[in-house]
Amino acid sequence: MSDEMLFSLNNITKSFVKGRENISVFDNLNMTINKGDFLAIMGPSGSGKTTLLNMLGGVDQPTSGEITFDGGRVDTLSESQLAGWRANNIGFIFQFYNLMPMLNAARNVELPLLLTHLNKTQRQKSVETALELVGLADRAKHMPSELSGGQQQRVAIARAVVSDPKLLLCDEPTGDLDRQTADEILEMLQLLNREFGKTIIMVTHDPSAAKFAQRTLHLDKGEFVEKDLVA
Amino acid sequence: MNDLYLIFKNLTRKKLRFFLTCFAIFIAFLLFGAVMALKGALDSGIEMSADNRLVTVHKTNFTQPLPYAYVNKVKNIEGVKDVTHANWFGGYQGDPTRNQIITFAVDPESYLDVYSELSTEPQHKQNWLKNRAGALVGERLAQANNWKVGDQIPISSNIFSHKDGGQTWEFIIEGIFSAEDKQTDTNYMIFHYKYFMETQSWGGDYVGWLVLTTTDAGFNEAVAKRIDEGFTNSQAETDTSTEKAFNKAFIEQMGNIGLIIFSVIFMAFFTILVLVGNTMVLAIRERTGEIAVLKTLGFPSLRIFKMVIMESLFLSFAGGLLGIAAAYLAVAGLSEMLARFLPNLILGAEIIIQALIYMTLLGLVTGIIPAINALRLNIITGFSRG
Repeated sequence: MSDEMLFSLNNITKSFVKGRENISVFDNLNMTINKGDFLAIMGPSGSGKTTLLNMLGGVDQPTSGEITFDGGRVDTLSESQLAGWRANNIGFIFQFYNLMPMLNAARNVELPLLLTHLNKTQRQKSVETALELVGLADRAKHMPSELSGGQQQRVAIARAVVSDPKLLLCDEPTGDLDRQTADEILEMLQLLNREFGKTIIMVTHDPSAAKFAQRTLHLDKGEFVEKDLVA
Repeated sequence: MNDLYLIFKNLTRKKLRFFLTCFAIFIAFLLFGAVMALKGALDSGIEMSADNRLVTVHKTNFTQPLPYAYVNKVKNIEGVKDVTHANWFGGYQGDPTRNQIITFAVDPESYLDVYSELSTEPQHKQNWLKNRAGALVGERLAQANNWKVGDQIPISSNIFSHKDGGQTWEFIIEGIFSAEDKQTDTNYMIFHYKYFMETQSWGGDYVGWLVLTTTDAGFNEAVAKRIDEGFTNSQAETDTSTEKAFNKAFIEQMGNIGLIIFSVIFMAFFTILVLVGNTMVLAIRERTGEIAVLKTLGFPSLRIFKMVIMESLFLSFAGGLLGIAAAYLAVAGLSEMLARFLPNLILGAEIIIQALIYMTLLGLVTGIIPAINALRLNIITGFSRG
């Protein structure tokens, strides 16, 4: 982990209107994430973990406050600017993989590259590299339905890293996997963090998963209650 | 891989649904092509009518004859340029129900003056004018029967009897007439009125109807009025109208063709509009989660909007192009079989262009709602639904 700051959240508030009720999720939340960080965010249901992850990923905006990424404001970007920002900077890994069922593994990995200016040959090379990285080069032509859960999550990881983003956001990446497969996936994330310098923010319920991160933040009722439990 | 590949994979992910929806569109455009070609064939007589040509028939019914004396009376009416007359002969060869030969007994010189769009070789025309037992045959009719100049052809009548007994007349083909515009009907033959009167057993001095040209199309209404007023309270009152109106009325004896065609096409299109629209809405709703994923990965909303619209257009064109191609082949096949009855049965470029416009509209109309839904989809809502 370097000391260079990647993400900064300053005085973030986030509230929802539900019926006639105004529900506050965050009130004056502050946090910083450095480049090369591998951060786990834990907390009970309703603590705001997913809302925080959504804001970090630019799929949700704070009600007020500033979000800065690599020196630039994110919270002021329009929807289309945010889409471009996500494509350039963020790789997403979901709990249920979210692969396109009608595309084979290679095509799924290629999806984010359709948003770049790479030509067909360059895209194919990147896809091969990403699939080799996750150990699924021999499954490139397999459809998602022909792959196990662990293999599907590896394809999802390949999709997340294929365009070489600075940040990986993982929402319960092992929530749908058995222990052994979960550990393999977490080791892979560790590898991406350690060897390729990817900054990773992982939301999880699982303390065993959190142990793979460099540090863990506990979120409860919209506030961080403990910090740096795991060094 | 590109967006087109993604669209294609989305379109064909449920093959049975894709096939059935395509099939519905296929049927609609098959019907559209065939019915529009039929309408074109029926309307071709109307379209080819000259602007300054009028038709005078018996007021009671156009099958009732008019006295021959009307020809000269009409000729003297102000605004009339040329007048001719014709009688329906009811011709056929062999089986009267299957091999009808459209045959008119006409006044040769004035007929060719009034129908100036018809042309024949000058020598053939002279030969025909000289030979009272000669006939001038339309190009399409001659081709259909392999007739040529000099052939002697027996034509029977299902109305008249020959003075010498029997119902068959022998004609010598003196010439073949054609027209520059291929839509002009040349699927009939004409012969001398005088010869007809001399040889048929009923006798009399009457004509079937009059055809006249006015000196200017602007006088049509006034001339028609003058003719009909001139024969008011006579034994044979007349009804004069433009050739266009007469042909249209003749065709509409079968019913309001335009309304029937509009109804068929409207029902077919409305049904597939609902069907395809419903299919597209369902297909996109099923993919809400996937659309949320694409947006999360950074696909702009407008790009997804375009992909949904393209998907709907592809669906419409896949079924539509096959349908119009099938209609083209069907019409091409039928046009030879029905050449006698519907000589202008053609599925032309105009119908194909109309079909392409309707395919585009169908794709846009059925795709717009799911595309807007996809455009507006909030990523978080999409994940919660998907």
